[in-house]
Amino acid sequence: MRLYGKFFVMHLKSLLEYKTSFFLTCIGQFLVSFNVFLGMYFMFQRFSNVEGFTYNEVLLCFGITLMEFSLAESVARGFDTFDNMIKQGEFDRVLVRPRHEILLVLGSRIEFSRIGRIMQAVVMFIYGFAVSGVRWTPAKVMAVLFMLIGGTVVFSGLFLIYASICFFTIEGLEFMNVFTDGAREYGKYPVSIYGKRILQICTFVIPYALIQYYPFLFLLDRGKPWYCLLPLAACLFIIPCFLLWKLGVRHYTSSGS
Amino acid sequence: MKKYLAFFRLRFSMGLQYRAAAFAGVVTQFAWAGMEIMMFRAFYRTDAASFPMTFQATCAYVWMQQAFLTLFMAWMMENEIFDLIVNGNISYELCRPVNIYNMWFSRSLANRLSKAVLRCLPILLVAAFLPAPYGLMLPASPLAFLLFLFTLFAGVGVTVAFCMLVYMLSFFTISPAGIRIVAVSMVEFLSGATIPLPFFPEKVRAFLELLPFASMQNVPLRIYSGDLSGAAAGRALFLQLFWLFALIGMGRLLDAFAMKKITIQGG
Repeated sequence: MRLYGKFFVMHLKSLLEYKTSFFLTCIGQFLVSFNVFLGMYFMFQRFSNVEGFTYNEVLLCFGITLMEFSLAESVARGFDTFDNMIKQGEFDRVLVRPRHEILLVLGSRIEFSRIGRIMQAVVMFIYGFAVSGVRWTPAKVMAVLFMLIGGTVVFSGLFLIYASICFFTIEGLEFMNVFTDGAREYGKYPVSIYGKRILQICTFVIPYALIQYYPFLFLLDRGKPWYCLLPLAACLFIIPCFLLWKLGVRHYTSSGS
Repeated sequence: MKKYLAFFRLRFSMGLQYRAAAFAGVVTQFAWAGMEIMMFRAFYRTDAASFPMTFQATCAYVWMQQAFLTLFMAWMMENEIFDLIVNGNISYELCRPVNIYNMWFSRSLANRLSKAVLRCLPILLVAAFLPAPYGLMLPASPLAFLLFLFTLFAGVGVTVAFCMLVYMLSFFTISPAGIRIVAVSMVEFLSGATIPLPFFPEKVRAFLELLPFASMQNVPLRIYSGDLSGAAAGRALFLQLFWLFALIGMGRLLDAFAMKKITIQGG
């Protein structure tokens, strides 16, 4: 953990050498996710609700999902360029060091420009809270906390899967973006609006619904009380991801160069 | 003219080489289109009366958008060009007896077209065989189809001309990252990539339709789905041509200006 702190400071220092570019990229990041919000805003100018969820409720859902994703992204986006690491044989260097390889991969690249997105997430999160009209009780606050924890873990797991697949394909798979960026994009609405089949997949295969839809129902007083514990169950998702990573490391053959 | 055609051919056949990447892209785009359509279905089921276009037209819009994604996505700018400007290799390009603007224009156009050729067929085929409201319907009339093809090319022209402006501007700013990301997010939103323009409120939409961004994907996709026809389509086509020439003119001006005071970076 202290090592990760050192990596963190190191990347921050190297970044502050290029200030203007950094700020512009931050603003850009902010604008990109702001587009999503504007899109929602104009959709709800036309429609008063979607499948029984009002604009304010959807905003809360969007804020929470975006927050979950941004938290996971700021921790685990180092996996994003993992295919480069494998292609250039840099992973060899990681393996000979006396620390856990996941920690070293994560420390190899920390993206501060994601701060734009995190800022957006924080703003949406607070705004969603303010307008949602939910009556807050200690249990509900706990539920939101669980959602953030569970969401960060699930999205990190997905990034981990993305990296693990690189062991076998060398090339990063564009298709995996559907599960990460796609989930962020479409997770702005409660999963149930996409139909029953999608809800089932998101409950049992990739537990998006456990970190978003079910606890969200609990916040709106529409779900059963035990729904608030589901995000913690979603944390189990990290186990198969981790096993896949282990399998990948064992399967790894250096690509040289 | 001949040498620019040669550039075009070269880049076009280069683009056709990346078949595996195209396949991965096709699979991804299917998933995106599917989610997008299900999202619109949810809104449609909730309140069909407020829907600005028919549901079938919306589905056609989404499928066409995904099939021709590479033609219109502003973030598909060419990193090579930015690299040339940043690391100073632009000097080699300047030695050639060609006009930078024309060369880059033909190369961007070729890149986008070749990618689209590889990707559009599988998506269009499958979408055409999907059951009625969700699939891709035939265009309203043969005339509408011809108009669609024509505006499709005009739309790509406007998109490329806009990207050229960004390339030219990065001669002045050195680091392209900033203006690039701002330009991209503007295009995304104002061209109807985030939500189709008809879904905007009436007043906002009337204004947006005058901007160059509406001349990109908005016009051809809506003509295909039958949402835009008759006099409105003619007006849109006229605007497209206007913006095409205006953007190219602006780009050329910037080009001439940049060439006069260019400094080569690094070595």
